[in-house]
Amino acid sequence: MSGDAGVAVVDEVPGLVDGTPLLKVRDLTVTFSSRNRTTVRAVDGVSLDVAPGSTVGIVGESGSGKSVTSLAALGLLGRRGVEVGGSVEFDGADLLHMPEDELRAVRGREIAMIFQDPMSSLNPVLTVGRQITEILERHRDLKGNEARDRAAELLQSVGIGDSLRRLRSYPHQLSGGMRQRVMIAMALACSPRLLIADEPTTALDVTISAQILELLRLLVAETQTALVLITHDLGVVAGMCDTVHVMYSGRIVESAPRRALFAEPQHPYTTGLLASVPRMDQPRGNPLLPIPGSPSDTLPWSQGCAFAPRCTRRVPESVGCPPPLLHVGSRAGRHLVRCVNPVPSP
Amino acid sequence: MLKFAVRRLLLLIPILLGLSILVFLFVRALPGGPETALLGERSTPERAAAVRAAYGLDRPVYEQYASYMGRVAKLDFGVSIQTQQPVTEEIGRRFPATVELATMAILFAVVIGIPLGFVAGRRPSSWVDNLSTVGSLLGIAIPVFALGFLLKYLFAVKLGWLPGTGRQDVRITTEHPTGFYVLDGLLTGDLPAAWDALKHLVLPAVALGTIPLAIITRITRAAVLETGNEDYVRTAEAKGMTRSVVTRRHILRNALLPVVTIIGLQTGLLLSGAILTETVFAFGGMGSFMASALFTRDFPVIQGGILFLAVVFVVVNLLVDISYGFIDPRVRAS
Repeated sequence: MSGDAGVAVVDEVPGLVDGTPLLKVRDLTVTFSSRNRTTVRAVDGVSLDVAPGSTVGIVGESGSGKSVTSLAALGLLGRRGVEVGGSVEFDGADLLHMPEDELRAVRGREIAMIFQDPMSSLNPVLTVGRQITEILERHRDLKGNEARDRAAELLQSVGIGDSLRRLRSYPHQLSGGMRQRVMIAMALACSPRLLIADEPTTALDVTISAQILELLRLLVAETQTALVLITHDLGVVAGMCDTVHVMYSGRIVESAPRRALFAEPQHPYTTGLLASVPRMDQPRGNPLLPIPGSPSDTLPWSQGCAFAPRCTRRVPESVGCPPPLLHVGSRAGRHLVRCVNPVPSP
Repeated sequence: MLKFAVRRLLLLIPILLGLSILVFLFVRALPGGPETALLGERSTPERAAAVRAAYGLDRPVYEQYASYMGRVAKLDFGVSIQTQQPVTEEIGRRFPATVELATMAILFAVVIGIPLGFVAGRRPSSWVDNLSTVGSLLGIAIPVFALGFLLKYLFAVKLGWLPGTGRQDVRITTEHPTGFYVLDGLLTGDLPAAWDALKHLVLPAVALGTIPLAIITRITRAAVLETGNEDYVRTAEAKGMTRSVVTRRHILRNALLPVVTIIGLQTGLLLSGAILTETVFAFGGMGSFMASALFTRDFPVIQGGILFLAVVFVVVNLLVDISYGFIDPRVRAS
């Protein structure tokens, strides 16, 4: 499967959608640079499609570029020292080259986002109600009592009772789970067509986390919202995603429909992630198998597979030229992997 | 909130007790006493002893302290040794001038410092930011009296745009019911008098407000810069809020919290008088009054003045803390 030197091998597009995708990311590249430090390529040629109403998971360790991908797509990275290349199309419109005013009109109304830490993601000096009504004012032209009543409805819909009173609460008066519910209410306030959830449950207790995921699953199913779920937890993905992309060091290394990914993981990194998840169906004594090394032991993609230094299936061909992302089996299976020595199917 | 205020005001009691002991011992530890200033060259040991006895300074310090505190408890701060006027009246005459000056100075610092720091913080390394950094460092580095003389020379002497001494033109003979000259002018309907008093305030206020201006600018810049990176600002951006809403509602309000604290501390400091500024501009406020009391060893004035200023300082900071509660709901709760 190794690409011949001299012959450019073009990556296949993961999760390619029949018909028009809602979100179409092509060759997205994000480079951070500053005067004193060397430049860092956080996202390196990521392409993916999201179909309307579908749920797509992006999985990877910290630093794999999964959050940066979503922030870059929405123009939320700021301008200083950040270079974003490639293209991001939402419903046919190019988000990366859109005038700022237009992009601001899309954000919150068409594409909404939920962040990792509900403790710090809500403004501490504004009431919860104000933070919900302001988005209704902005995109739905609702004012005063109308906006307040709608905000109360939204809180009800995310499972917060006594919602009229809760609107007057400040974030510090709510628990972490409640705050994340508020974030979800805010995100869904304008019935967006795409919701990006960036590690929505990482900062929460396990039980609360399960509730929040269930809530998200129900709400996106009910409202036909497409969901991009960014997480480091394969368990989260297993429960709700149609398609899963595994990222490592800024690139997609494996991409497959959920069943295929869990049944026949091909990339050694994916199998490593799966082996390091504690499982209820295994005997107690079975040790967890962590992936050796840390994400900082990477090779630049230009010199071969970035995962090679940590990989147990490393072969001489792993190093030298970057492995392309190619189909495993038939194209219809939509299973892609970026590896010269993939794990054989069981 | 009321409980909080009462608790803070009760804290004044130990503060004032401790301070009164310190001041009492401090003035008596100074070489010389009121008799030196009163008698001057005519001083003989007998006359000096007589003056000391007349003011009870020959008694043991603890006795003096006990009787002083006994009178203070009845709000009697004694009589100035120099002027033979009650200390409270003397303070009442000077304090309004200090309040006027401090208010103008802090207004000057806030009105320029917050917008400047804000723009600098939103656009780090821009020309506004660089200019504000250089300006702030200059503002802190230049001695107040040097700046005072410079302003006075330029705007009062050379250009003649603004008066350079006093609180009001001596030819104006309006009533002063409150002692706040600008306010008095407005109250008595004498608008030219108010305008004149206001013009007299400009140069001293600029001289006095320069350091607070520099500090407020720097703190605002740092706070805005930091708040701009907060997660909730990113949330507001992700919600598609307009740039001005993100700036005002999400960045500025949170960034103002540390700035308010600094404004309070600076106001407290300015209200305790500005010796240098008052001297340069012959502006008769608490600063020059306290300084001269110190030179003439006017014990009752020094003691009463310092206790009074301590109360002012604590009350100002209490007001700041209360205002903090209005901006930050987290403070309100605790």
